[in-house]
Amino acid sequence: MVKKRSKHYNFAFLDEGSKRVIRRALLKAVAIPGYQVPFGSRELPIGRGWGTGGLQITLSVIGPGDVLKVIDQGSDDSVNALSIRNFVTACTGVETTTDSGEATLIQSRHRIPEAPLKAGQIMALQVPMPEPLRLVEPHEAVTRVMHAEMDYAPMWLALYESIVRTGDIELGADYPVMVEDRYMMMPSPIPRFDNHKLHMSPALFLFGAGREKKIYALPPYTRVVSLAFDDHPFRVESTHGRVCRLCGAADVYFDEFFDSATGGRLYQCSDSGYCEKRRRAGARATEPAAPTA
Amino acid sequence: MNNITGNPAFALELNELTVRYGPGCPSCGESPESLDRNRCPVCGSVWAVRGVSLRAREGETLGIVGESGSGKSTLMRALHLDEAPTSGAYFLDGGEENLFGVSPRRRRYIRDSLLGMVYQNPYLGLRMFFSSGANVAEKLIAAGSRNVRGMTERAEYLFRYMEIPFSRVKEPPRNFSGGMQQRVQIAKAVANNPPVLLLDEVTTGLDLSVQARVLDLIKRVQREFGVTMIVVSHDLAVVRLLADRTAVMRDGVIIEQGLTDRILEDPRHVYTQTLVNSML
Repeated sequence: MVKKRSKHYNFAFLDEGSKRVIRRALLKAVAIPGYQVPFGSRELPIGRGWGTGGLQITLSVIGPGDVLKVIDQGSDDSVNALSIRNFVTACTGVETTTDSGEATLIQSRHRIPEAPLKAGQIMALQVPMPEPLRLVEPHEAVTRVMHAEMDYAPMWLALYESIVRTGDIELGADYPVMVEDRYMMMPSPIPRFDNHKLHMSPALFLFGAGREKKIYALPPYTRVVSLAFDDHPFRVESTHGRVCRLCGAADVYFDEFFDSATGGRLYQCSDSGYCEKRRRAGARATEPAAPTA
Repeated sequence: MNNITGNPAFALELNELTVRYGPGCPSCGESPESLDRNRCPVCGSVWAVRGVSLRAREGETLGIVGESGSGKSTLMRALHLDEAPTSGAYFLDGGEENLFGVSPRRRRYIRDSLLGMVYQNPYLGLRMFFSSGANVAEKLIAAGSRNVRGMTERAEYLFRYMEIPFSRVKEPPRNFSGGMQQRVQIAKAVANNPPVLLLDEVTTGLDLSVQARVLDLIKRVQREFGVTMIVVSHDLAVVRLLADRTAVMRDGVIIEQGLTDRILEDPRHVYTQTLVNSML
């Protein structure tokens, strides 16, 4: 679907100078995988903390020939995804899609699509907290030195303490990773389920934190390893025994609903584009959507 | 004197260490005798440590005594690579690199793997809001361990060794008494068997019976782990108990150095004589 571009704004809203500054930060970020590059975060018609980092990346790399997909928590249709998609199309006129396979540029919050990404695709992820060491050290000046010296012991210590106290690492989404055995990095608040999709991906991942004014990146085929102890391996959220109530998919990340009539739980693909595509191809839940107790 | 590589005979070798706070000026730079104690009357720079050289053989314990402000703690911080010196050379185990000149990452490795430090104030050496077991594990993690069970077992062993009830391993050190905090600090410092242990006024502020137990523990660690130790204290009794050889510091300079017994029985420098005579 092609929309007509508004003539009142520069192509992709930002002025060319701003786009160039952001692209320069992106180049540096790609050159040093996992390293947080500071950048001059611009004002946008949405508030900081609402995806301005990802949006600035999208706006500075998008061209008229791109096909855009915008995801919010897996969904193409939530208010955030819609607003951002409408905004970008209004000031670029690019084509949009819900099929991650057709998109050349995907801006996302909290999810990486289920279908494997391909070479040439760009993922722009919105990042609320870019600094993994913020969990253990409040001062930016100190965390920058810690990264420089690869002083990650305090972070490992926090994980160790968590295991000793509770028997498990108490981190959910945004589970930190090591990039090329060098930089510790926050993968943005994607579920742990999605962490492995970063490892050796043929696609380019760009991370933007608009409020924190940081950009970082994973170039294609980068080694990305989730933090884990030798005798306490990294574990993803369990999806065991669950299937999508609409398309019947298993082994995907699910949204969970409560059925107010029966009090049972219903599961459905969190990646709405993936689910839709499967259903178009004829996939159905094998049993009628019976809520499980 | 300022050799470029370490002497393999020594586990720890420090050559001509100088730490100056302030810009320095020709007056104090060229004629140290113009200093007012350790402060330059012209430019106000403080020469905290001046031309200090130390040597310790493997397994030897070296004592450093001196009054407050004599430069002991600055010297310790330099030995632990917490302090960038003005000049000097520092070698461990006859190594070829001057440890004062290494990159920050290498410096961190040396601090984490080859050195152990016990501070006078446990708040400097421990994370008071983490469990005591995690404090011991921190040193192991920093030295590269990524095995939860291995680290927990090591902490358990060290706690038993340090006579800390293992039931309290999950408690943070802020719940502990001063003597116990000091024992946790020692457990942390020796956790990964560093060849060199630095002890800065470890018994100051502890009551006498607790002092005796901590000193006894340090003696045992020294004997059984075979570490080379540098013990800083203003208390001659502590040094007499622990150190094979002793250096007396005053105003940033070593004024007398020798076997501990000799220093105590036959002090030569006037200041050392005063110090020995003032022992209770």
